[in-house]
Amino acid sequence: MKVRVLSQWPPGHVRTPGYLRGKVGTIERSVGTFNNPEQNAYRLTPTKNRLLRVRFRMSEVWGPRAENPDDVVEAEIYEHWLEPFNAS
Amino acid sequence: MGGDPAGKIDHEQHDFALWEKRVDALLVISSSAGLMNTDSLRRVLEDMGEETYENMSYYERWISSICQNMIEVGAFSTLELATKMELIKSRGATYGDAS
Repeated sequence: MKVRVLSQWPPGHVRTPGYLRGKVGTIERSVGTFNNPEQNAYRLTPTKNRLLRVRFRMSEVWGPRAENPDDVVEAEIYEHWLEPFNAS
Repeated sequence: MGGDPAGKIDHEQHDFALWEKRVDALLVISSSAGLMNTDSLRRVLEDMGEETYENMSYYERWISSICQNMIEVGAFSTLELATKMELIKSRGATYGDAS
């Protein structure tokens, strides 16, 4: 399943890597549910959020500058940072 | 770092100083006491900014974050921390050298 990482830059603590925001990847697998670090960081009672391993092609991450466009990078990203992506 | 050139990576292992081991232990103790957590540690570390990342060592950044967390949660006051730091300083520059 293809997803796009939200391209949002809120103030405060988030774990979603900046270089992947707005990028399209494929869900590789679900890792489980974990305390939401965005609440945990401020000692708020955290909700349990689903964490997903998402695979991105280097060409997607770095564009034409990618040295090895077919290599991939995988990152674990919370579900609330992902939206479904349908290529049209 | 962050996609920018950052020089070569130093792969040399080094022994940890006693104070560094103590900082590590402090995080374990304060986390198990429910006073902070990995995310609150990281929040303060990342709020320190790029200059701090360049100028402070790994465990210097950790102890700064732990102190900030302890002040936030009320484990000790800023004044209590300052008083204690003066006390430790008076023990001399070699006090933390044991490993």
